[in-house]
Amino acid sequence: MIKVENLTRYYNDVCAVNRINLEINKGEVLGLLGPNGAGKTTTLRMLTGFLRPSAGTIRVKDMSIDTDILAIKSIMGYLPEAAPIYPEMLVYDYLNYVADIRGIPKGNQLSRVREMAEMCGLHSVMHQPVAELSKGYKQRVGLAHAMMNDPEILVLDEPTSGLDPNQIVEIRDIIRRIGKEKTIIFSTHILSEAEATCDRIAIIDKGKIVADETTRALKQQESMETVINLVIAGVDQKNAKSTLDKIEGVLEVWEPGADSIARNGEIHLKLRCTAAEDLRQRIYRQVRQTDWEVLEFYSETPSLENIFRKLTTAAD
Amino acid sequence: MQQIWHMFRRELKAYFVSPIAYIVIAIFLIVAGWFFFSPFFIRGQATMRYFFELLPFIFSFVVPAITMKLFSEELNTGSYELLLTMPVNFRQVLIAKLLAGTLFTAVMLLPTIAYPVCISLVGDLDWGPVIGGYLGALFLGFVFASIGLFASSLTRNQIIAFIIAAATCFILTILDALLFFLPASIVDFLAYLSASAHFDNISKGVVDSRDIIYFLSVSFVSLYGAYLVLTEKQ
Repeated sequence: MIKVENLTRYYNDVCAVNRINLEINKGEVLGLLGPNGAGKTTTLRMLTGFLRPSAGTIRVKDMSIDTDILAIKSIMGYLPEAAPIYPEMLVYDYLNYVADIRGIPKGNQLSRVREMAEMCGLHSVMHQPVAELSKGYKQRVGLAHAMMNDPEILVLDEPTSGLDPNQIVEIRDIIRRIGKEKTIIFSTHILSEAEATCDRIAIIDKGKIVADETTRALKQQESMETVINLVIAGVDQKNAKSTLDKIEGVLEVWEPGADSIARNGEIHLKLRCTAAEDLRQRIYRQVRQTDWEVLEFYSETPSLENIFRKLTTAAD
Repeated sequence: MQQIWHMFRRELKAYFVSPIAYIVIAIFLIVAGWFFFSPFFIRGQATMRYFFELLPFIFSFVVPAITMKLFSEELNTGSYELLLTMPVNFRQVLIAKLLAGTLFTAVMLLPTIAYPVCISLVGDLDWGPVIGGYLGALFLGFVFASIGLFASSLTRNQIIAFIIAAATCFILTILDALLFFLPASIVDFLAYLSASAHFDNISKGVVDSRDIIYFLSVSFVSLYGAYLVLTEKQ
């Protein structure tokens, strides 16, 4: 369906996307995952024809983005990150306008707009100006905009960012529902989201694709390792880290997030360990030899978070 | 073609739902009305000539105020991204926005038709130059709107867009009055660039192809500039 080869984009001298290769098949839901500033949005903008690649090719259904851009745009729906819709327009007017531009015949317009309003739950706000909508509703209008022409390919840039948990669940449900028939590419930096909705996940970091596998394969890879959490006190962080690092089978020790140096000298550490053997006892014995105060000691259920971490910090 | 029409309609509607449109129209009418009518009875002539002499000066500030939002606002809110990922190209977007700006200028001029009507009631008005004047005013609005559109495509800040456009339009307007400073060899060339000189010709009732070509070429250069800016933004 979509074939991306050696896609590269520079902003002046900064390389935002560096020789990306991607192939997206019909009916697939692909999650583009990466930390902030990894190049997700730039990649999606090039896919939708908003930005021109500095180098590389994009082909959609054997059409080239250089020559058949209008034809590609007409089978594609796109929701940019903040759903930047004309603030002064009423939702109903806006959807009609999109239907007009998308070339939906006048006779079908009303029913199509109604269908979209139903699908995205917009009934109660149809006659409000976009500027007065909450973020969640704006996002839904954006989604209705993207799906208006019943596109074969749907590109969504962080569709759930800034929404409250209920809205996130709703948007995810919509994505899953339409993902059954359509090709969807969406970007996110929330791992659980990609895990829950995607067939395939491409992890992108510093403009490069560092992993491109089915969600299941990624999880399998993850189960080769476990993560053990340790909250301790009475020792400084460096000391604790170097001691734990020496334990055989511990692959990496790190502090999760900025709040790891918590109040009263508590230190939260995560230990990435091989799953080949159970390391809990070995760690416990090691800790017992010191005078640390152990506050918490638990292992984590495997999630994509750790593999994501491994892949996106590998270069440092 | 369809797309141009729909975008044009949207732009025009956007003008009239915001209060700014009415404020601009009101200011234009007050300024034009005051400067035209305050010396009108002192002159005691039944002519619109002085109104049309005034018009390029007023337009060079009012038209940029109309066009400044056309791209800047879209760039600032990001709606530009939604617009460009729909099946439209730059050419269509430019034409739609230019037509919306020009038509708004025309709507703004509409109430001033009351002036010649009133004058013809109290004196013997020659309608030829009046019709020529309005035709010229439409061309002038079209050209200044093109310049405004170009300025608007340069920046996401509407005020900067306004200043660039107003300065350019104003210079084009006063160019022929500045020429006595300059050596004779380039005067002819620069005189040709002066918008008010070409506008004067038309508003005297002389519709010359040279003037029309001038208006069309300035407009084309501005639009092509905007096109290049938008392409560069990609």
